[in-house]
Order: sequence, then C-alpha cells, then structure tokens
Amino acid sequence: MSLRATHRDVGTITVVDLSGRITLGDGSALLRKTIRTLLDDQRKKILLNLADVDYIDSSGIGELVSGFTAVKNQGGDLKLLQLTKKVRDLLQITKLYTVFDVYSEESSAVRSFR
Amino acid sequence: METQVESVNLAEEMCLRVAEAAGFGEDDCYRIGMSVREGVINAFHYGNQERPEKKIYLAVDITAEKLIIHVLDEGTGFTLADVPDPLAEENLLSTSGRGIFLMRAFMDEFDVVPGRTGGAEIVMSKKLPGPNGQGGQETGPQQGA
Repeated sequence: MSLRATHRDVGTITVVDLSGRITLGDGSALLRKTIRTLLDDQRKKILLNLADVDYIDSSGIGELVSGFTAVKNQGGDLKLLQLTKKVRDLLQITKLYTVFDVYSEESSAVRSFR
Repeated sequence: METQVESVNLAEEMCLRVAEAAGFGEDDCYRIGMSVREGVINAFHYGNQERPEKKIYLAVDITAEKLIIHVLDEGTGFTLADVPDPLAEENLLSTSGRGIFLMRAFMDEFDVVPGRTGGAEIVMSKKLPGPNGQGGQETGPQQGA
C-alpha cells in the first residue's frame, strides 16, 4: 500500500494525516514533498498523524528525521501523533522515540505547540 | 534482480511468501521482511551505487533449523566494523545508516562476507518456528548496534 497524505489546519497547527507505508521510493518522496511544501507556505508547526501508517523502513525513518531537522532549522516544530505498535517499536530501538515529541491524543498534541 | 527501487519490494514479497510457508508467525514475518528490504536497499544504494548495469542477487535457503537469506551486490564490499553506530549521540539525527542495525536487531544471526562478485554478501538467518508456530527465539527487537 503506497503512502497517502492529506493535511488540515487546527488553529495555527497543520495536521498531516498519513496512511500506508513510508518506505524507499514513492512513500519517502511524498513525505519529503509534503513537508517541504508546508515549509514553503510558512507552515512551521506540523503534526504528523501516523495512526494509519503501519510500516516504515530505514528510508522512511531517514525522511522523518530529515523533515524534523528541516522544520527545526526554520524555527518550527514537527511532532508525531498516534504511532502504531510497529512504528513505536521501531522508533524505540533506534532511540528516536526520545528525539521526537510523540502524542496519543490530537488535542494534547495541538496544545503542546502553544 | 535489477538495481532499482522495485527490487526492494519484490525481494520483500518473495521472502515473505517463503517465511509464511515455513510457518513463521506475523511478527517474525514482519522482521524477516524488513530485514530483506534493508539488505536489498543496502545493495541497491551503497553496494551498487544505484547503477542499473549492476545486479543484486537474492537467495533463500531453508535448513532443518533455520531460514537463511543471502543478499549479494556488485559493489566494492565493506566491513561491519566500519559502519557507524546509529545509536551514538552524534548519529541520532543522521538521515541514513540504520539498515544494518535493523537487520542485526530483527534476525537471529547476521554477517557480511566478501561475495563471489567482489561485492558484499549479507548473510542473515532466523531459527524456524517450533510446532506451536512461535519463532525459535521469539523476542522483541534486540537493542544494540
């Protein structure tokens, strides 16, 4: 299943709803394009909703890190919402769980940006 | 296989079928599939440098005890000792370099040896599941580089 991405505004926060796999090729490329486009539009408070992302490979992890760094470098913030078990396990063993701000509730995540 | 992105998905699908037929459960199939992906990504990107004239070779063996996967590229080879630790503080925000770590974490045995093509050959294995359908060493992902 390839990756799909849509985004919506919640106040000043942009929530990106992702579904599918973030893997080498189209999945990673779409995530990169989505984040770069948001930054070009000066949307720098980004919440990635990963509730429907059940698979990420090392390329996808790299793209998450790349997006996180790009947003931070522009003075913004990128946080993660609703990780599936597989994705949470992956971020834990790669020690990235402590790098990203991760939330299970959208309302809490949105409030954390303010 | 050709040196192209599609080979990564193809290799994963092929090995998943073998793993399922061998009786591995869902969690172990996920780990095997991910490891095959990472092995072929390594061959595609680092080994063959994404050069389409080079090939990637995939072989799957099943012995009485384990499933063994070989991924061979036509690059110049590498040694494990030279691979940076992705868990080191200075590498945590690196955008690459986690594939080897994931294969080591998800498989029971993992090694890189010189391949007959002159490139690197990744050899990794997982113990076959027992009669109850559980993997021989059914555990969560292992920590450590």
